[in-house]
Amino acid sequence: MAGDSPRANLQPLSLHVPEPRFRPGDAVDFCAVDIPPAGSAARPDSAAAPDSFPELAYGLIRVLDDDGRAVGPWNPQLSPEMLRRMLRSMALVRAFDERMFRAQRQGKTSFYMKCTGEEAVAVAAAHALDYEDMCFPSYRQQGLLIARGWSLVDMMNQIYSNRGDRLQGKQLPIMYSVKEAGFFSISGNLTTQYPQAVGWAMASAAKGDTRIAATWCGEGSTAEGDFHSACTFASVYRAPVIFNIVNNQWAISSFSGFAGAESTTFAARAIGYGIAGLRVDGNDALAVYAATLWAAERARTNQGPTLIEHFTYRAEGHSTSDDPGQYRSAGEPTAWPLGDPIKRLRDHLIAIGEWDDERHAAQDLELAELVKAAQKEAEQNGILGHGLHQPLEGLFDGVFEEMPWHLREQQAQMIAEETASGRPWARK
Amino acid sequence: MNMIQAINSAMDVMMGRDPDVIVMGEDVGYFGGVFRATAGLQAKYGKTRVFDTPITECGIIGVAVGMGAYGLRPVPEIQFADYIYPALDQLVSEAARLRYRSAGEFTAPITVRSPFGGGIFGGQTHSQSPEGIFTHVSGIKTVIPSTPYDAKGLLIAAIEDNDPTIFFEPKRIYNGPFDGHWDKPTQNWSQHPAGEVPTGYYKIELGKAKVVRAGEALTVLAYGTMVHVALAVIEEAGVDAEVIDLRTLVPLDIATIEASVQKTGRCMIVHEATRTSGFGAELSALVQERCFYHLEAPIERVTGFDTPYPHSLEWAYFPGPVRIGEALKKIMKA
Repeated sequence: MAGDSPRANLQPLSLHVPEPRFRPGDAVDFCAVDIPPAGSAARPDSAAAPDSFPELAYGLIRVLDDDGRAVGPWNPQLSPEMLRRMLRSMALVRAFDERMFRAQRQGKTSFYMKCTGEEAVAVAAAHALDYEDMCFPSYRQQGLLIARGWSLVDMMNQIYSNRGDRLQGKQLPIMYSVKEAGFFSISGNLTTQYPQAVGWAMASAAKGDTRIAATWCGEGSTAEGDFHSACTFASVYRAPVIFNIVNNQWAISSFSGFAGAESTTFAARAIGYGIAGLRVDGNDALAVYAATLWAAERARTNQGPTLIEHFTYRAEGHSTSDDPGQYRSAGEPTAWPLGDPIKRLRDHLIAIGEWDDERHAAQDLELAELVKAAQKEAEQNGILGHGLHQPLEGLFDGVFEEMPWHLREQQAQMIAEETASGRPWARK
Repeated sequence: MNMIQAINSAMDVMMGRDPDVIVMGEDVGYFGGVFRATAGLQAKYGKTRVFDTPITECGIIGVAVGMGAYGLRPVPEIQFADYIYPALDQLVSEAARLRYRSAGEFTAPITVRSPFGGGIFGGQTHSQSPEGIFTHVSGIKTVIPSTPYDAKGLLIAAIEDNDPTIFFEPKRIYNGPFDGHWDKPTQNWSQHPAGEVPTGYYKIELGKAKVVRAGEALTVLAYGTMVHVALAVIEEAGVDAEVIDLRTLVPLDIATIEASVQKTGRCMIVHEATRTSGFGAELSALVQERCFYHLEAPIERVTGFDTPYPHSLEWAYFPGPVRIGEALKKIMKA
């Protein structure tokens, strides 16, 4: 009993369990989110010592202001052509997401994940990196593939697990693998790609190559041990790697407080490792581009790794299996103070006289048609649920380089069972 | 050579032949490894090919997987098999599945070396035999040598192999074979024919067992340290047993096992690892399925007990001469 204890004069301890500010039904007011004005963050030399600019890890690098102007030292001064290219990529990602989300709802595939509101994070980074640089993405960076001009039909084939699926129907939809486009095989296990990206970057350095690696994870996944291992390795060997943390505020139903956001920023994690840390407005394509370019230059000049926190908001559910209405206020996405990355870049292009509403509307129509045509083409190869699209015996391919006897036996047994069933290969 | 020298020689040979082979792990660089397995390699091949790592097993294996994806052929070391668990996610979810999930676009041609097994008063965390955890994972090969000659040949084969391989080194027999008589002086590998190791390149094909003693009365399946213990017990008991050193657990040399058990009609399985769901259970099931009509006695498993590995009670725990001897009597009487 507390009363009998010699420590009865002490106040009892209490456990702090974080709680998000808004739950379903609550009115949303994000005024507590500190948003510094665009252009206010200093831009150090990319060779600066990582301990010389901690304020960038706690601040927010922003280029696009409320009037759609590009301001401050981080303005990457991109050509109108480049701006339009990025806008188009982001709009294409959104059109792709819309279409594939609907395809899942129509039962054409089992699963999909959108990146709505986070398009700038992957698209702007893809444009700032060299095509030969290796990307180790999480599952929400489809923008990398689309910005790198990868085939939409090929992506859809994977989503449908159809005849055209290069991954032979073995992977859950959206777990792409495109070596040709420098896009590492996606794993369902969170943050495992982080030390792998470091290893790739170390290999590049050890071989005297000039290519660098970039990797992405969500803020929730920074809690994984692999994150710590990767940061330690990258710091120790000054690996030419860019760590991207996409802080979209939500890890399924858990708000960012469960990854530590109540006490610090995610970019500030870098400080303890001796890594350069930048915190960036993730809905500002120009800020993401500029920060990535800075980090790439730092890596390419042997100055070591950079960690970039992209401060953004997951505008939709976690996946097609998720209903965010169960755990957060429906008002959040529209109230998010950093707005919509596509609208912000569009407004900038309009402000500098290089775009207009008519062209934007026409582009949206064109991209919707483009995605629709790709979908039609992909569906020629079949959709999930319309029978098996891969030869069944391929199930055993690729476990090892050469198939050992026990897999051969299991393969033969499966074929015999299928044949004996009287309806061979008919499984769905 | 002793087994350490043979393992060192294998890495030396492969680093000399292939500039993409790199060696990494805790204390493996300047110091040459806590067991001296990597001694001299950093001085010979430089710091970018042989280097010390931070103490993070998940980092070591994760980084090795990334290096493999780049095109290198990493040989990471985990200082003790007892400390491989922090790397399990990278091994099971990543290395083992990378080829399968990417339909061959990316591979993980890594060889994870790790000292394993007991018999050295290593207590709970320097004695474990976790091979059964890895044989259960599709996409990983598991190799365990029992002599210096095999250790070098198998390690070279593992490094050249394009699949991820766990290479467990029985540290009890690093310096000499061990017959299970812990209270008697130990032989050195220099007094054993398998201590004769060529200095150059050779390899022993993975997936091939070795009949180390031909016999008619029963078949003994063993690997690592237990090969020597089983051999000694059989000689002492005067039983004409056939002893098979499995060498590779996955892929397993089933043909050699089948041929032997069908000849002898009896099968004893010996391993240090704990019994329940250990690799012996898989061996027993395979023998039962494939040699059922030839069996004259129930299959015997002599294994570590289903307890953590104890310190002072080591020789009661270790499946040594007494326990193997009793099992031998039982199976021969049946």
